[in-house]
Amino acid sequence: MNTLIIISVLPIVLLYLGLYKAQKALLPVTIIGMLIALGAAVMQWSDNAQPIYHGMMLFNNFSIAFSVVSIVSTILILMLSKGYFEKISSHIAEYYAIILFSLAGIVVMVSYHNLTMLFVGIEIMSVSLYILAGIRKNDFASNESALKYFLMGAFSTGFLLFGITLIYGASGSFDLDGIRDYVLAHPRNIDPIFYTGVLLIIVGLCFKVGAAPFHFWTPDVYEGAPSLITAYMSTVVKAAGFAAFLRLFSASFGSIATFWSPVLMVITIITLFIGNITALYQQSFKRMLAFSSISHAGYLMFAIVALGAASANSVFVYATAYSIASIIAFGALVLVRQQTGSDNVEGFNGLARKNPFLAFVLTVSMLSLAGIPLTAGFVGKFYMFSGALLQYKYIMVIVAVVNAIISIFYYFRVIIAMYFRSADRSEVVVPAYYKFVLGFSALVTIAIGVYPALISSLI
Amino acid sequence: MNSVANTIQAVPLNHYILLSAIIFSIGVMGVLLRRNAIVIFMSVELMLNSVNLLLTAFSVYRGDAAGQVFVFFIMALAAAEVAVGLAIIVMIYRNTNSIDINVLNRLKW
Repeated sequence: MNTLIIISVLPIVLLYLGLYKAQKALLPVTIIGMLIALGAAVMQWSDNAQPIYHGMMLFNNFSIAFSVVSIVSTILILMLSKGYFEKISSHIAEYYAIILFSLAGIVVMVSYHNLTMLFVGIEIMSVSLYILAGIRKNDFASNESALKYFLMGAFSTGFLLFGITLIYGASGSFDLDGIRDYVLAHPRNIDPIFYTGVLLIIVGLCFKVGAAPFHFWTPDVYEGAPSLITAYMSTVVKAAGFAAFLRLFSASFGSIATFWSPVLMVITIITLFIGNITALYQQSFKRMLAFSSISHAGYLMFAIVALGAASANSVFVYATAYSIASIIAFGALVLVRQQTGSDNVEGFNGLARKNPFLAFVLTVSMLSLAGIPLTAGFVGKFYMFSGALLQYKYIMVIVAVVNAIISIFYYFRVIIAMYFRSADRSEVVVPAYYKFVLGFSALVTIAIGVYPALISSLI
Repeated sequence: MNSVANTIQAVPLNHYILLSAIIFSIGVMGVLLRRNAIVIFMSVELMLNSVNLLLTAFSVYRGDAAGQVFVFFIMALAAAEVAVGLAIIVMIYRNTNSIDINVLNRLKW
């Protein structure tokens, strides 16, 4: 649990550094602090974790794995942010601090063992993100994104809370084990308000992870927010949302899967189609990534619909693959946007001739997002689909494969723009930090793709 | 304290559930139908407060303090949300001189 304490204290230290005008020290202190938190998380790896703080938190291997992915992705995004926030405002300590506060919320979200902590974690994360989405105070798009995110976030919190309350009313407990025991003790006569509660929780959590039909805020918010914040929202936040989702459903509602799994199945299929088909029409690369994140939410949902022993592992692999590939895509977008001033796919025309490295890593990222073999994305999709096939959910897998084929079309449009379209352009300057992050992410993507055993049997 | 619990228990639990569900629905309709950011915001608060009411009722009926403790968490976090949310609305008002959410249509497909 030291991880959570370090990540909560670190932003306060950063705010003091900002107060004393130590701008240069911010990034190194942040990264060192997060590496310590990472070490503290890995140190707690053990197979017999017990709930701590009166059953409020359970920091088991599942939590550790997701905390590590979140922390590593955040470190990568923060390294990309060197020189990025300075352009927005001169008070940059606040940005680092707020990102870390939301990371603290995420650590709570992936290690809760009581619905109170789920709510507190989601709120810590969301309230920080409302601020981050609107950090460009004079930019209309950023304002709009912040307000939409805020209103939709608060709205969905209402649903989540009402669901939690009804479950408490039926089972008399906020504890995950207590709720599971209630469900097991009443196999025939579960209170109807319990079922209503489960449905409302599904609505609330689907809002948070951006699954259709509760996805409508996602594209606007992702497009309006600054690109690196969008990268953070669509990778770390989404992975944590699914970790929380999976933990609740596998720990407490596993035995009434016949009730909620058809609901989630419909949501999954709608999400896949809406995400992929709408992404086809996007001219803006950023907006296309937003819709692609909706479709990936659909694939991630597979593990929850086909709940089984391997679900945690497949969500972990998929979330890792998706996060790393998205970080590359957003990093490349930030660089290209600095040169061309627009988010459009045309901005990537002819990139391969002037920037072979940038074009190559972006190609790896697009291939991984599309799920082409020998990349991490393929491994993630493989685990998802095999989990669903084990439970004879053939229709879902067929729908998902059709969608994977649709998605190839829009991911390859970027690759074609980079390699086969010509345009007059000068070389995009890639700073050393970017080279490291992009190269490292591409390497991890290929490494997991070639040798999946690296992470596939961790949890 | 017992007399308070007795007074609350004098009303059947179903009535609390119905009342909360009605208040919650009014909040949901407010969010979906109104166009003024502040009114939407108030409707969200209505949703949260209906949850608080229901939690308290359940908590009294079960004689379990956990529900009332949860209410404190909701209140604290709702206050944090109000602080951030009003700041966002003020920021938008400064830029557009309006808090009607119909002006927020620059991001579209």
